[in-house]
Amino acid sequence: MLKESTYWYLFLLAGLFILVLLSIHMTIMHLDQLLVAIGIGSGDVLKFQSVLARGRQSFFMVSYIILLGAALYHGLYGLRTILFELNLKKGLQTAITAVLLIGGLGIFVYGTYVAIAAKMM
Amino acid sequence: MGENPNMDTSQAEEIVKTVTYNVLRYDPDKDSKPRMQRFQVPVPKGRTVLEGLIYIKENLDGSLTWRSSCRMGVCGSCGMFINGLPRLACQTQILDLNADEIQIKPLPNYDILKDLVPDLKPLLEKHKYIHPNLVRREGKEIDGLTGEFFQTPKELENYIQFTFCIKCGLCLAACPTVATDANYLGPQALAQTFRYNTDTRDEGNQFRFDLIDTADGTTKCHFAGACSDVCPKGVDPAFAIQLLKRDMLLHKLHIKRKEKGVPILGKVTDGKRMKGVPDAPEKTV
Ligand code: SF4
Ligand code: FES
Repeated sequence: MLKESTYWYLFLLAGLFILVLLSIHMTIMHLDQLLVAIGIGSGDVLKFQSVLARGRQSFFMVSYIILLGAALYHGLYGLRTILFELNLKKGLQTAITAVLLIGGLGIFVYGTYVAIAAKMM
Repeated sequence: MGENPNMDTSQAEEIVKTVTYNVLRYDPDKDSKPRMQRFQVPVPKGRTVLEGLIYIKENLDGSLTWRSSCRMGVCGSCGMFINGLPRLACQTQILDLNADEIQIKPLPNYDILKDLVPDLKPLLEKHKYIHPNLVRREGKEIDGLTGEFFQTPKELENYIQFTFCIKCGLCLAACPTVATDANYLGPQALAQTFRYNTDTRDEGNQFRFDLIDTADGTTKCHFAGACSDVCPKGVDPAFAIQLLKRDMLLHKLHIKRKEKGVPILGKVTDGKRMKGVPDAPEKTV
């Protein structure tokens, strides 16, 4: 198990990644009309073909994987903090950390596989 | 019991009103659970909640128990839960409460020893845990001091606010995290960690960072700020905890590291002494 402060630093770092990647997501998905207006967007971001096309680009594949990792870590760390406030014994705290770590890794590996598979399509 | 002449305020001071003290009573040797007891207390201008309690003890019920000493907000022993807030009884004037009834209970988040006396052991143990003293690599610099540490007024300013803590424990009584998790180190100990780590004479940064680097340390603070709201000395422990978090991060990133404390000046006279400041007294121990 890592030091408590290390979990927290990673949580901050994950937050930073989320901030950047979520900004990109919001711009592409929700400011699409603005992008069209300034001439750098196609406007049909929600169409299946557009989703596929984005998935095939390396930039999007990498950012999907990083966003998935960052959001998972950030969220699961938050859940762990909430659970730890239940005044748990040390052993149970370690067990919770291990379960969240293994569960999170599992979801991350699966999500990464999906992102890579989409790139190959 | 007759009125104590010393407390007879009828001649010397004008009674402005009479308030009802609703006080928690509990003797673990006799009572199965706490109960509330009411007393009528005459209030002249300026009477504090503590003086009201003294009035009760001297005139109405000598068995009422609480802890107090200095009566001037210095010793930190008279913390109580007064009308829903942790406050120092000696610093709270009855008329300022603007109420006809005053409810007084021992500080929450502590066990009750008797009546209004909380068991402050958790506060003191957490305080001791973070080593609230100057830590130097060279023990002799502390034990057999040969000169003064050099510290500028600017360096002192960085932590002086946090030295005002009187260990009254109000902050722990107000903290919502301590209320649900007794293991949390709490605002007092964490603020003192920042205070000593920021002191340029101290070299215990890494040592204390390691001590508080647990799930019960800084990361448990929700920044509710209740500790700072009730602190009677303006210490602002919630702020100290955020500064401590920042320092831990900067230390880790090697951006701000305090490896060595300030040196001891060769002789006491090496420092600039203001005119008229006398020599330190001879050591007594
Ligand atoms: S920080 Fe303030 S409230 Fe907490 S123990 Fe010190 S003086 Fe009391
Ligand atoms: S009696 Fe000392 S602080 Fe109140």
